Amino acid sequence: MSGLFGIDVPVLASVLLVVLAVPLALAAYRMVTGPGYADRFVALDMLTAVAVAFAALTALATGSSAFLDVGLGLALINFVATCAVAAFLERKGGDE
Amino acid sequence: MSAVLDVLGLLAILVGIVFLIIAAIGVVRLPDALQRMHGATKAGTLGATLVVLGVAGISGQGLFTAGLTVLVLLLTLPVGAQLLGRAAYMSGATLRDLHGPDPLRGILDRRSLPLEERTDGGRSASDRKA
Repeated sequence: MSGLFGIDVPVLASVLLVVLAVPLALAAYRMVTGPGYADRFVALDMLTAVAVAFAALTALATGSSAFLDVGLGLALINFVATCAVAAFLERKGGDE
Repeated sequence: MSAVLDVLGLLAILVGIVFLIIAAIGVVRLPDALQRMHGATKAGTLGATLVVLGVAGISGQGLFTAGLTVLVLLLTLPVGAQLLGRAAYMSGATLRDLHGPDPLRGILDRRSLPLEERTDGGRSASDRKA
């Protein structure tokens, strides 16, 4: 992993990490200001997808592939969290 | 061979980041929860998957973990979105720009007020009787 078109790979990955802060900030904005609980939960789902991408790019920036395992763990936790949150919304939801 | 993989990986990462940004813009700007989910789920899944694939292509290590992550993302994010959308509809989340009648009326139960606007603490009718 010497370089990509003469650019150092960790430096390139760090720049891409900064760019990835844009979707993170947008999703966090919706999560903080979202008018309803459903909006916040959707934004949480989105935040985790961005976090998986963050973990993958960090693996490239540090050269340690252990961060890919972090991404896998985040993806798994995301599913459990979404199921729990959906069950919460639904149990508070149905009218008899 | 390695140079080709590098170029493909970098391209995948860039396209994935663009998709993630588009998904985030959709989450902020679309008018109600179900439409926001429409933006976040499709574009968000594709973006995260492309970034993981690109990183695996460039670094050339952790291929098994990266493949497993992509598989988990592709399998679980649509299922989670379906669960969340059903729950959002049933909990009475506000729907905007609905053209024509509500096609789910009579199929799924739906509360008349969203959770944050209810004053009974979100208890169901059977709870109140008890």
